[in-house]
Amino acid sequence: MELVNKKPSSLVDIKMHYCPGCGHGIVHRLIAEVMDELGIRERTVGVAPVGCAVFSDDYFNCDMIQGPHGRGPAIATGIKRSQPGCIVFSYQGDGDLASIGMAETVHSAARSENISIIFINNAIYGMTGGQMAPTTLIGQPATTCPKGRDPKVNGYPIKVCELLSQLDGARFLERTSVSTAQGVIKTKKAIKKAFQNQIEGKGFSLVEILSMCPTNWGVTPLQGLKFVDEKMMPLYPLGVFRSPEQEGGQK
Amino acid sequence: MPEIRVDETRCKGCELCTKACPKSCIEMSDTFSVTGYYPAKLAKTDCCIGCGLCAQICPDLAIAVWK
Ligand SMILES: Cc1ncc(C[n+]2csc(CCOP(=O)(O)OP(=O)(O)O)c2C)c(N)n1
Ligand code: SF4
Ligand code: SF4
Ligand code: SF4
Repeated sequence: MELVNKKPSSLVDIKMHYCPGCGHGIVHRLIAEVMDELGIRERTVGVAPVGCAVFSDDYFNCDMIQGPHGRGPAIATGIKRSQPGCIVFSYQGDGDLASIGMAETVHSAARSENISIIFINNAIYGMTGGQMAPTTLIGQPATTCPKGRDPKVNGYPIKVCELLSQLDGARFLERTSVSTAQGVIKTKKAIKKAFQNQIEGKGFSLVEILSMCPTNWGVTPLQGLKFVDEKMMPLYPLGVFRSPEQEGGQK
Repeated sequence: MPEIRVDETRCKGCELCTKACPKSCIEMSDTFSVTGYYPAKLAKTDCCIGCGLCAQICPDLAIAVWK
C-alpha cells in the first residue's frame, strides 16, 4: 500500500493552534501544496496577518514576516519591489483586509502590485472574540451587535471581490469556499492561479475564501459548513470576478 | 482495499471528514484521545474507496489515505 496524500514540505510538521473545524488549517495546507507543486518554497516570502493566523509564520516553511494589522499588502509591495525575484503572498482575515486594511487592499490592487493575496472571509473577527466584521451578514449576531447586524446602525456587508472588480489593476479575483471537499479542490486551483499570475508578472491577484469560524459563530463545526453554504454563499456568490485572460472583463 | 489512518494526536474531533466521505465510512470514536477529543475512525471494513475527500477537508492534516 502507498500513502496517497503526503504532507506538503512547505508546511512545518507541527500541530496548528486553530479551533476544531476552523478553515484556516485547510487553507494553510493548500498554500503549502501549491508552493510545493510550483517549486517556489525557497524564494517565497509570506506576510502573516494580525488575526487568528498571526502564528502562521510558525507553520509555513518559507520565509515569513508578521506585519501590523491590515498592512499586509503594503509590506508585500515593499518586499516584491525590492526583491522582484521573490514570490510574495499576504494572508489576511476580513477584519484585517476589509476594515483596518481597506486602504492598503484597494491601493495595492489599483497599482496592480505583482503580489498574491489570500483573503479568509469568515464574516467575523475571530481572534479578538467575535466582534462584527465588515463582512458580517445582515442579522448575524456578533458581540458588538448581539441582536444581529442591523443595517440602520451597522451598515451593509462589504463584498470585496465585487468592490475590487471595478479596478483595472485587479487582474485576478476569484471567490471560493472550503465548506466542501470539492470547494477545497477548487480553492487550491484558485490559489495556484494567483501564484502563477505572479510568476508570470501579471499583477495583482486575490482569492477570497469563504471559511468557517465555528467558535465565534457559536455553532458546531458541522453547522459551520452549513452556515457557509446556506447563509454566506447567497450574499457572496462563488466565481471568477476578473482574470488576466479576459482583460478588463468583469463577471 | 484502500483505507484511511487517522492520527489521533492531530485529530480535533471536528467531524468534517464524516460529512465529506461519499461512502459514509467514517464515524467518531467514543473514547477520548490523548488530546481530549473524540477522534474520527474508519468505522466500516470494505468501505473506503481511497478518494481522499476526507483528507481534503480535514483542517488538521490528521488523515493519511493509503491505497
Ligand atoms: C492596530 C490594531 N488594531 C486592532 C487590533 C486588534 N485585533 C486583533 S485581531 C483583530 C481582527 C481579527 O479578525 P480577522 O482579520 O477577520 O481575522 P480572524 O481572526 O477572523 O482570522 C483585531 C481587530 C490589533 N491587534 N492591532
Ligand atoms: S476563532 Fe474562529 S477563525 Fe480563529 S481559530 Fe477559532 S474557529 Fe478559527
Ligand atoms: S478516502 Fe474517501 S472513501 Fe475513504 S474514508 Fe476518505 S472520503 Fe471516505
Ligand atoms: S476532519 Fe480531521 S480533525 Fe476533523 S474529525 Fe476528521 S480527522 Fe479529525
